[in-house]
Amino acid sequence: MALLKTEAPPAATRRRRRPRAGEAGGQQRAGKLTYAILALFTAISIGPLIYTAIAASRTNARLAETPPPLWFGGNLFSNMETAWTDANMDLALLNTTIVAASVAAGTVLFGTLAGFAFAKLRFRLKNLLLLLVIGTMMVPPQLSVVPLYMAIAELGWIDQLQTVILPFLVSAFGVFFMRQYLIQALPTELVEAARVDGASSLRVIWHVVFPAARPAMAVLGMLTFVFAWNEFFWPIIALTQENPTVQVALTGLPRGHNPDQSVIMAGALLGTLPLLLLLLLFGKQIVGGIMHGAVKG
Amino acid sequence: MTQTGSTAAAPPSAEGGAAPPARRAAARDPRKTWRSRRYRWDAKFSPYAFISPFFLFFVAFGLFPLLYTAWASLHRVELTAPTDMEWAGLHNYSRLLEDDFFWNSLWVTFVLAVISTVPQLLMALGLAHLLNYKMRASAFFRVAMLAPYATSVAAATLVFAMLYGRDYGIINWVLGQFGVGEIDWQAGDWTSRIAVASIVIWRWTGYNTLIYLAAMQAVPQDLYESASLDGASRWQQFLHVTIPSLRPTILFTVVVSTIGSVQLFGEPLLFDETKGATGGADHQFQTLGLYMYEQGWRNLHLGRAAAIAWVMFLILVVIGVINALIARRLRKS
Repeated sequence: MALLKTEAPPAATRRRRRPRAGEAGGQQRAGKLTYAILALFTAISIGPLIYTAIAASRTNARLAETPPPLWFGGNLFSNMETAWTDANMDLALLNTTIVAASVAAGTVLFGTLAGFAFAKLRFRLKNLLLLLVIGTMMVPPQLSVVPLYMAIAELGWIDQLQTVILPFLVSAFGVFFMRQYLIQALPTELVEAARVDGASSLRVIWHVVFPAARPAMAVLGMLTFVFAWNEFFWPIIALTQENPTVQVALTGLPRGHNPDQSVIMAGALLGTLPLLLLLLLFGKQIVGGIMHGAVKG
Repeated sequence: MTQTGSTAAAPPSAEGGAAPPARRAAARDPRKTWRSRRYRWDAKFSPYAFISPFFLFFVAFGLFPLLYTAWASLHRVELTAPTDMEWAGLHNYSRLLEDDFFWNSLWVTFVLAVISTVPQLLMALGLAHLLNYKMRASAFFRVAMLAPYATSVAAATLVFAMLYGRDYGIINWVLGQFGVGEIDWQAGDWTSRIAVASIVIWRWTGYNTLIYLAAMQAVPQDLYESASLDGASRWQQFLHVTIPSLRPTILFTVVVSTIGSVQLFGEPLLFDETKGATGGADHQFQTLGLYMYEQGWRNLHLGRAAAIAWVMFLILVVIGVINALIARRLRKS
């Protein structure tokens, strides 16, 4: 009911806009050259990933020959098995799933609460506080690393998953993203009507805000999951090979003079496949989320 | 529920006429007063409750560590005993200024910021323009160009390090077909920087393309219509309609990409096959972020790492101020 009155999610907006755009001067039909350039760029985008799979399916000896292999070999599963057991990828994938899911859940929950407050509630210092939220985006995580490391060393938290979850449980982007969505997707009258009916703010959150925010919450959850899955700097410092995330395990793979390149590539492939699967299944929504966050941001 | 709840604290609404008698009734009934007081408290403080998790976490994991980093940078702190802090004044900073590798890392960071950001954003602009045409398979192209974005720094750098391999890398092999001799990508100053920059470009061009595309779709169509009535070609429309409308977005992406380059870390760390944190034998691709890691976690000088972190912060503040100045000028014009 709430969604009917408001603008539909970004994907639908685009679909509606496209036929109109065709008539306009700026948006003629794409020519052959356009397709050719985009196809080339797609090849460049996907090429290194395909090469990862090719290298992962070969033996290490084959990778030390010229010309380099350009097609798949038959060793993919044995290499993956080696990476799985020797390179700790089993534990790493489990850990990373826990971390990324927790970070995504926290970012979505806290982002929706704060985003709702900034979008629809009136309170003192609101604009200043919102500016502050945006300002925090300027402070990159590197700057907190030294004291955080001192703190976790003191607490004996090195190698424990909460160390790489807690610092990322909220994000300014999440707050801003949800605010921008709720401003247009949640009619103010609906919130006020619920308040008039005597609903407490928690009930309003549960019965009015969450249902209206669900599409954006899903997209924010996926974007955050990707970000948290790939988080590199802090996990490298806070975790060791005893209890790694995927990125830490990949960093720890033996390299140098005689490394097994095909196993390294199999590890990289294993660590990337879950996100590629996510992209394959929900690519349209993720694209919509990035574009939606961009226009207003 | 509906009737009792809508008593005293109900904001003026359509049924506002019923409010005065209800308020008098509420004052007589202590239970209702309690409820309405709770209701008012709820309305007044719940916004702060909703935004407080963000600020609590930010203070704990952002602001406090930032300030404590400044404090730590004035001390001698060893990684092996992070709680033993020995006052050192500005020693860490003066050490930095004397260290050639510090200046080297500043230079490398600057170079990488330029050679990764400029081509990346120019390509993204062009690609977004192409994607803005009416076409088939546009959803496919958009999703496909996000594949690098979904690839982690570690996975991407590992495969690029292999592609750029001196002896068996596919890039040298292809170049060899055109008669170019073997290039030792990792060893050279500029070849290694180009290689590292190419990883950054590969990972982020698609993402920035989508951001530009979103901005292009928000450009009012009648601007194009009147431009084409004036006889402007596609290229002229791109230059005189699209680019000016995109200026705020372009500024935004420039700032974000620059901030990202200042923090560049994983790519130069993993591109080095010896897994050192020096960014190559001659520090030829050691960025500020990598230099900080080397000082803190390889050479065990946490205090010095803190000082480097603050230098990074100052650089980011400068970028932020420049950004704000440019943004203000844009808004004026």
